[in-house]
Amino acid sequence: MDNRKNKHIYWNPYFGGFLLGIVIIFSFYMTGRGLGATGAMKSTVVAAVDRVAPTHAEDNAYYSKFIGKDDSILNNWLVFETIGILIGAFISGSLAGRIGWRTQHSPKITARRRLIFALIGGILFGLGSQIARGCTSGAALSGMAVLSTGGFITMLSIFGSGFLFAYFFRKNWI
Amino acid sequence: MGPLIPNDLLSHEWNFIIAIIIGIAFGYILEASGFSSSRKLAGVFYGYDFVVLKVFFTAALVSIIGILYMDYLGYLDFNLLYIHPTYLWGAIIGGIIMGLGFVSGGFCPGTSLCGVAIGKIDAWVFVGGILIGIFFFSEFYTLFEPLYNGSFDGYVTLMDTFGVDPYWFVFGFTILAIVSFYLADLVRKRVKKVFYN
Repeated sequence: MDNRKNKHIYWNPYFGGFLLGIVIIFSFYMTGRGLGATGAMKSTVVAAVDRVAPTHAEDNAYYSKFIGKDDSILNNWLVFETIGILIGAFISGSLAGRIGWRTQHSPKITARRRLIFALIGGILFGLGSQIARGCTSGAALSGMAVLSTGGFITMLSIFGSGFLFAYFFRKNWI
Repeated sequence: MGPLIPNDLLSHEWNFIIAIIIGIAFGYILEASGFSSSRKLAGVFYGYDFVVLKVFFTAALVSIIGILYMDYLGYLDFNLLYIHPTYLWGAIIGGIIMGLGFVSGGFCPGTSLCGVAIGKIDAWVFVGGILIGIFFFSEFYTLFEPLYNGSFDGYVTLMDTFGVDPYWFVFGFTILAIVSFYLADLVRKRVKKVFYN
């Protein structure tokens, strides 16, 4: 019998889930909307392109949707919320002693391989989140909180596809 | 009656302060639940760790039940809440691409931000990838536009689409969640343990 254990200093998942649910309710109660994570990254991309090539950004049918007349692109609810996410995660990580530069990967693969797959995963997530108009937070979680049909479809689609393709990526994880 | 800011019961200047507070709580909870670890997150796809399933479903249920109660008791007007719109094929295909990104990268955007905050280099690279992905989508927007704007069904809820009663739906969903938590624990006992730190 293998009695080794992971050093789990994490919260009980039901406790974490309960508190996360409370935060979502609070967000809807105060602002009428849920949480998000990719929104701020989109604003970052739009702001960067607008800075480097403003005419190109205005000519592009997608960027131009998010470029306001007077307001800065980064003066946006989700940007402030995302700054909060970074602060909150940093506080939690500090209190638990988890801060430090490292690449986390299975001993069976190299750090380089881990980073390549992380990059590919990020690109796919970035692309998919724009097509679906939101990621796991904005579309799936916040959508489900108000029983949005699209939110449920996106959630089923993300996890269904994850399980479907998991076999091909197993070497990276198990 | 809520939502407070759209109903002008709280001035709009508060919006960004509340955004930061909500973000801090969100980031703290995700990190403390172990969501800054890609190996923990990916466990859901291989059966060695179901934290994603448990946190995600619990949060969804608590928020649905809470919002419905607050609407029922008159503290919150459900009709004023932002309903994520339904673009059927965008949701399906976007979701499939994101699922592929999830097993490949081991993060989703919110969790990768938690990894970034505690110094995970793989999370930094993942976020860099997201920015590239968004840039790619935007540059080739004309190509994706039919999918992005197509099959629009409106800002609909399950009640509109399937005519389900929300209370019965939540009841069924709760039972489903409890059964899935139980099954998840059974599966985890049978699957070979994976160790990581």
